[in-house]
Amino acid sequence: MADTRTIEIEVLRYNPEKDSEPHFQTFKVPFAHDTSVLQGLQYIKDHLDGSLTFRWSCRMAICGSCGKMVNGKPELSCHTFLRDYYPGKVRIEPLNHFPILRDLAIDQSDFFNKKLPSVKPYVVPKEKKPLSAGTYVQTPGQFHKYYQYSQCINCLLCYAACPQFGLKPEFTGPAALALLHRYNADSRDRGWDERAELLNAEEGVWGCTLVGYCSEVCPKHVDPAHAINQNKVNSTMDYFGVLKFLMPKGGA
Amino acid sequence: MAQVKTYVRPMGGWWRRNPYFVRYMIREASSVFLAIYSVILLVGLWRLTQGAAAWEAWLGALTNPISILFHWLALLTVGYHAYTWWKVAPKTAPDLRIGGRPLPECAITAGGLLGTIGASILIYVIVRWL
Repeated sequence: MADTRTIEIEVLRYNPEKDSEPHFQTFKVPFAHDTSVLQGLQYIKDHLDGSLTFRWSCRMAICGSCGKMVNGKPELSCHTFLRDYYPGKVRIEPLNHFPILRDLAIDQSDFFNKKLPSVKPYVVPKEKKPLSAGTYVQTPGQFHKYYQYSQCINCLLCYAACPQFGLKPEFTGPAALALLHRYNADSRDRGWDERAELLNAEEGVWGCTLVGYCSEVCPKHVDPAHAINQNKVNSTMDYFGVLKFLMPKGGA
Repeated sequence: MAQVKTYVRPMGGWWRRNPYFVRYMIREASSVFLAIYSVILLVGLWRLTQGAAAWEAWLGALTNPISILFHWLALLTVGYHAYTWWKVAPKTAPDLRIGGRPLPECAITAGGLLGTIGASILIYVIVRWL
């Protein structure tokens, strides 16, 4: 590592057993051209302070575990490189708007245990067919209606980007609503009615004020803002009872 | 929720922490000028129904320096609002595709902006010379 340089990393620390509120701690970390922010944190844990707590798994931007605020912006820390911040400092915080469990680890249980299951993130068929009836056939055009939204990796960067979620934690939020749309937009699905109450609610699409930052920070280009705002129109048409005439599937 | 002690950071001043949120707040605030301008126009319409004297009085009130200052401010903020409106239009538009490919966001924004500028020029020409 001939090109090793040293960068200052400020990390937000919070120990629920000792601290009444979080504080920053600065570490000097050597890095090379290809050192990610996540590897910087791993260097701290391995060599400087073994008590530093943070989540990670795949190191290649697909598992969605290592989201952090990096200089105020929600990022996958494996997908962000220390070289881009040098010679400045890097300030790493847990994802905004979530309760902090310890250091950089947030409490994700509200999303995984409540919000995500609430949108019924699975195909709800019109009627269950036996396996012998064969596969559900779909054209490439029908596939492209939802493909982009199915790319969500549940990394929660969009929640950290959404001030409405920060102000009103009951808001179902970008990723869950994008997944709701992913299944509603699927030609094999007939679950609109089952998801409508949540979608039409204040905590559903109407909790969104189109800040649009969710789509900006999404590492998988899911575009949750587009999913949510298309459904404000659907929700309005549902309210006036005209949606069932316009649904290409011929209603649920 | 986890059955352990957690810390929730306060939201106070959230919109000042990120330039993206500052621009969002300016976008939202600019609609206030648009609303006031619409009310002034509606008052003009109402005064028109009350006869020539009322209409002239309304026109006279518009020449007040404060009124002129407001209208310049409103023009500026409405211009910014129109720009941001078309900037977010791709998010509110339906899933538009040409030959199976999604219409690029910049095409929706540019098309909308050109349409707005074209319509504004047309209205100006009609009001000024026709």
